[in-house]
Amino acid sequence: MSLMNLTATGLGEKIKNKEISAPEAVRAALDATEAKEAELNSFVTVDREGAIKRANEVQKLIDEGKLESPVAGVPVAIKDNMCTEGLLTTCSSKILGNYVPSYTAEAVLNLERAGAVIIGKTNMDEFAMGSTTETSAYGATKNPWNTGHVPGGSSGGSCAAVAACECPYALGSDTGGSIRQPSSFCGVTGIKPTYGTVSRYGLIAYGSSLDQIGPVAKDVTDCATVLEIIASYDNKDSTSVKRDSYDFTSALIDDVKGMKIGIPSDYFGEGLDSEVKEAVLDAAKELEKKGAVIEEFNLSLVDYAIPAYYIIACAEASSNLARFDGVKYGFRTEDYNGLHNMYKKTRSEGFGAEVKRRIMLGSFVLSSGYYDAYYIKALKTKALIKKAFDNAFSKYDVILGPAAPSTAPALGQSLSDPLKMYLGDIYTISANLAGLPGITVPCGMDSKNLPIGLQILGNCFKEKNIIRAAYSFEQTREYKYSPLA
Amino acid sequence: MANIISDETIEYVGILAKLELDSEEKEQAKKDMGRMLDYIDKLNELDTDGVEPMSHIFPVNNVFREDEVCNGDGREITLANAPERKEDCFVVPKTIV
Amino acid sequence: MKQYETVIGLEVHVELATKTKIFCSCPTEFGGAPNSHTCPVCTGMPGSLPVLNKKVVEYAAAVGLATNCRITQNCKFDRKNYFYPDNPQNYQISQLYYPICRDGGIEIATEDGGTKTIGIHEIHMEEDAGKLVHDEWGESSLVDFNRSGVPLIEIVSEPDMRSADEVIAYLDKLRLIIQYLGASDCKLQEGSMRADVNLSIREAGTEEFGTRTEMKNLNSFKAIARAIEAEKERQIDIIESGGKVIQETRRWDDNKEYSYAMRSKEDAQDYRYFPEPDLVPVVISDEWLEEIKAAQPEFRDEKLKRYKEEFKIPEYDAQIITGDKHLADIFEKASAICNNPKKVSNWLMVETMRLMKESNTEPSQLKFSPENLAKLVNLAENKVINSQTAKEVFEKMFNDNTDPEKYVEENGLKAVSDDGALREVVQKVIEANPQPVEDYHNGKKKAAGFLVGQIMKEMKGKADPASVNAILKELL
Repeated sequence: MSLMNLTATGLGEKIKNKEISAPEAVRAALDATEAKEAELNSFVTVDREGAIKRANEVQKLIDEGKLESPVAGVPVAIKDNMCTEGLLTTCSSKILGNYVPSYTAEAVLNLERAGAVIIGKTNMDEFAMGSTTETSAYGATKNPWNTGHVPGGSSGGSCAAVAACECPYALGSDTGGSIRQPSSFCGVTGIKPTYGTVSRYGLIAYGSSLDQIGPVAKDVTDCATVLEIIASYDNKDSTSVKRDSYDFTSALIDDVKGMKIGIPSDYFGEGLDSEVKEAVLDAAKELEKKGAVIEEFNLSLVDYAIPAYYIIACAEASSNLARFDGVKYGFRTEDYNGLHNMYKKTRSEGFGAEVKRRIMLGSFVLSSGYYDAYYIKALKTKALIKKAFDNAFSKYDVILGPAAPSTAPALGQSLSDPLKMYLGDIYTISANLAGLPGITVPCGMDSKNLPIGLQILGNCFKEKNIIRAAYSFEQTREYKYSPLA
Repeated sequence: MANIISDETIEYVGILAKLELDSEEKEQAKKDMGRMLDYIDKLNELDTDGVEPMSHIFPVNNVFREDEVCNGDGREITLANAPERKEDCFVVPKTIV
Repeated sequence: MKQYETVIGLEVHVELATKTKIFCSCPTEFGGAPNSHTCPVCTGMPGSLPVLNKKVVEYAAAVGLATNCRITQNCKFDRKNYFYPDNPQNYQISQLYYPICRDGGIEIATEDGGTKTIGIHEIHMEEDAGKLVHDEWGESSLVDFNRSGVPLIEIVSEPDMRSADEVIAYLDKLRLIIQYLGASDCKLQEGSMRADVNLSIREAGTEEFGTRTEMKNLNSFKAIARAIEAEKERQIDIIESGGKVIQETRRWDDNKEYSYAMRSKEDAQDYRYFPEPDLVPVVISDEWLEEIKAAQPEFRDEKLKRYKEEFKIPEYDAQIITGDKHLADIFEKASAICNNPKKVSNWLMVETMRLMKESNTEPSQLKFSPENLAKLVNLAENKVINSQTAKEVFEKMFNDNTDPEKYVEENGLKAVSDDGALREVVQKVIEANPQPVEDYHNGKKKAAGFLVGQIMKEMKGKADPASVNAILKELL
């Protein structure tokens, strides 16, 4: 049995017990990755040399008793929109194709301090804009369950790497569902924490008021463990929230007796694949069997979440991506005539179609005359959506539903109809608008043998509720390894 | 109700965003933007009278730094990825005035 | 011939005197090798985030209070989006929707001897851009981000000014207020204070505003005055010949004394302001506001009044001394020690001014301490040294902050007041110069001057001139 079939905490334990060494574990990850990358393309950069060097350093620290973390020595993959000092960071874009950051993102630093060993940077939708990892400038990542299908996005590389057992866990980022949806498509577990829980310093911004970094792994235990490590109050991030407690692992209890679970009837209407619906409702029944109280309710405003999200996300993105102009770093066009021509050509050549589309939409909705009608309207909608969730969480401990309306689509199906692709975010984006934590756990397979994911949302700062619910549900299922694992 | 996006609008947005599209891309952009705006118009159905626009989710205020110098000579870090550099400065095409 | 009224509003940017930049801990210190005072935040590196410098809020609120503004106790930041190489993120973090101060005003003296209030529409905090240096011979420009992120406040006036004089009076007053607060040194020539002039004209007696233009690159009060005159004329010419003034930004060239439009079709001037998602609102509680109020210094006008009343300093001198907080501080401290404000003021007005001019020194650069000045005043008052010596000692003090008492002691400069010794010398000189003595007795009073000179030479300048004259007269 390959070491990569273990969970991160399982591997960490073996390293602690000296059954295996950190360099062994890391080499296993690097070898697995090398073997599968031609088929999968889940990594943009694999840093073999750096990882082995670091693994040796970490092993020394472990031997000296200086590293006690449950993931000390365990290899990890980092989504390529998080800065890693000295290691290429591209956001899967041409415009950052040669960018090497001078500093490391805070969340990643937290992992490194705990002894994690970064083996590489994973592929993503360009600048996190997309739901299939097909907008990457470095080729699409394949779904390890069926390489003719997408892994989801934008953290497709991270989820595929975990599902294919290239690496036991990874970090992803979630702005509109980019951890939860690909986790669902790849049959792995992923958490988006409450906004402000994990520092955004060093996360290359897409939608600043929506972005959060989170873990992707094989199970809830791994995710909760990693979340505890990466979450911290960071005074370099003004939106970082000082939480009362950074304990998440004490919620790893198999007990949902009396837990009130709300199921939004508006999530189960038209557009939801019947197999997904069945699997998710079955999952609810499992929790009910365990003593949870399930109730259907009207969440409302579900239809307005997507337009509000796209206005806000694109507006912020149009501004956040303005810095990519060929002046200070990254790609600069070769032939240009004057400053503005240099800007235009650099950006037009450096950005892919989806990114350009969103930048244009964002610029438009902020432009003179449209700001009130679009942007302010969207912020008002956001306020109403938050209120709707506040209402819901006054009655329920968690909200349960699908992570996506379908299982992973085939490659090449989604980009031609961007609007349809956006509609696929329907179950995930509200959590970003309202800052809520959410977790995806695998709950079944469809008739095409593609994974179905269950999404559990909690109120702000209530990760423990969703972790407990997800952990309890997880006990009723056995982890399924993808064909590429 | 269809949002018809004109060439002028695409060009205007192009100036704002410093993007240059060829004629094919422009046509596609017009279509895409039109469709997206049609969809976004859905928000007009929602009554938001009297609702305060919410830009920050949590009522966190006053996150400050003390006025103490903590950073040293940042030259090398700043210029490390410069596409074009002359000694300690970035080089750009001549700006007007 | 139609009468026209010039309507002027000002947008003044002031660089705040904080130690660090507004959103990062890089130093704001002037100079330094290009890009040495930078970090990922102020150079817009991917993934960097801003964190607000508390001192900036305090200075901004203090300036607002001192200019009678209402403080927006819940203020926010917004992004102003535009592309330019000196703007690393291609957006500037500023405040549009909820600026920190609103609806203030300051009083200026008008030509007819009255006063007038110039309204302040708003004051907001924002970050400065970097510097662009244009390559004279080549096709490129060089970018230095040292200045990027330096904290600015922008003070936007109401269009209440009607002449260049009023503009200068307003700027002068604003500058003094800000200097007194220590918030900035407000030097137009150095760029720590920058004024953009918005000007329009209208027929005298009409209410409606004409189309206004904005003028930039005004680096001195003289340039401002010249630019205002020129723009007024230019607009009048346009109107008189039946044309329409175009709303545009014009750049003033003080060497050529003309302005030209900074037109560019590449710049849509659509800044797409939206709330800055990376920063949280600034809430200024009543308590904090009280603290800032309590820390406000005595401002120029009050000081001026007090100097005249309490210290009996003449108007002109008081104007000069209170015209710069450093001078005022030295004056007050020195006077408190030696209790001789008149003499202190004299030293500042005469010798200090003279040496400052010669050495091109600013009041903020003065080296001597008030304690030393007080000592010097006392030495002269008590006739320990004579006035000539005092001047020499002062110059030493001006250059090196030498302690006058020590210097006099070490160099034996004490005035000789010993009567006997002096008498001997006077007698000696009289005997050695029979001709001048005779001339004196024959009515040539001026001859005495020659004798005094000889006596002083003998005394190596240490005699007190009054005593010399007295004794000489006596012995002649």
